[in-house]
Amino acid sequence: MWAFINKLRSPKWFYAISARLQPWFWAAALILIVIGSVWGLAFAPADYQQGNSFRIIYVHVPAAFLAQSIFVSMAIAGVVFMVWKIKIADMAAAMMAPLGAAMTFIALFSGAVWGVPTWGTWWMWDARLTSMLILLFLYLGVIALRGAFTSRDSASRAASVLAMVGVINIPIIKYSVDWWYTLHQPASFTITGRAAMPLEMWAPLLIMVLGFYCFFIALTLMRTRSEILRRESNKRWVRDLAGGER
Amino acid sequence: MTLSLTPKRKQKLYVILGLVALAAIAVGLTLYALRANINLFFSPIEIAAGDAPYERQIRAGGMVKEGSVSRNPDSLDVEFTVTDYVEDLRVSYSGILPDLFREGQGVVVVGQLKQDGMFRADQVLARHDENYMPPEVADALEAAGYSPADFQTKAAKVAERVEARESGEGESQNQSQSQY
Repeated sequence: MWAFINKLRSPKWFYAISARLQPWFWAAALILIVIGSVWGLAFAPADYQQGNSFRIIYVHVPAAFLAQSIFVSMAIAGVVFMVWKIKIADMAAAMMAPLGAAMTFIALFSGAVWGVPTWGTWWMWDARLTSMLILLFLYLGVIALRGAFTSRDSASRAASVLAMVGVINIPIIKYSVDWWYTLHQPASFTITGRAAMPLEMWAPLLIMVLGFYCFFIALTLMRTRSEILRRESNKRWVRDLAGGER
Repeated sequence: MTLSLTPKRKQKLYVILGLVALAAIAVGLTLYALRANINLFFSPIEIAAGDAPYERQIRAGGMVKEGSVSRNPDSLDVEFTVTDYVEDLRVSYSGILPDLFREGQGVVVVGQLKQDGMFRADQVLARHDENYMPPEVADALEAAGYSPADFQTKAAKVAERVEARESGEGESQNQSQSQY
């Protein structure tokens, strides 16, 4: 385990191993998302109260899961970078932020679209919706901080600190529906499959969630690889690589 | 090049943990102080206890009581009772109700509490619970007597919470919303 993490210190090693992992995650993401979408949108039964508008769940829930998971990943990467000075962690965190912001936006937008037919409003300042909006601002803050410094090291430190402190918002998002009265209902979907919906509705949702996670991993690997080449462009192994391929 | 926690790394880790802990405490205290404002709506219990202001724009929420909806056939006026299975709140509204509005369904009403205890709603929002099921399953459950039984367990749960709340005031904000 330690030996594995120790290897992460070497961008060259990461560049090589990610090249082998990446296609598998892309393939898994593509297959899972295609199966999940077709199953969820066409074959899963409609809800007894909401009818077909319930199907927005197949985008809304995976996006919301990812929005929160990516922020936690960024915070963990921030700690690893600050304490152990592992540069790969910082590169990965930088590459994750825009995807996290996009997923937060998708969750908010799909929730608003869903809210109109079910609740009768697209926005309400309840604890869940508001804390999710704060998450979007935190993502934008992390992205902006990285751009606000001329020194890359200062930018990385500032973004890491904001990610580590901002992670406090994640349990607030998760438990907001239990701690306070909100318009948003409590969680329907858990990985353990607590019976808030029957299997024929839950299974495509699980597939979509897994597909979104594979997509996140694949995209982060891909973007981190190009970031490695950019940051290490004056290193010998990168120049050899570029020279060798020409 | 090992990853062991050298004294310097350990110190950094503690600084980070301390920073996050302090921020968490600050946020936690703020949320605790603002807890009444973070709740989206007053429950009928709170309104019956006199916690809600009169003649001011507020929100109230609960379940639409079974058999309580009365519509005026000549207009869009409708009256119904919002309940949390302990206290009731009578609501009047004039307008189009959301599709999901029905008896036994969760709602949030936006409007003013009048001196006579009547709630004049300007807006009615439907809540829905976390359960999803196909129509056939819902019908089967209903045929099997699901709704009344569900009603009973929910009522019992709320009564338990109210008791727990009266014995231990500090926990009052932590009651789960899942019964709605």
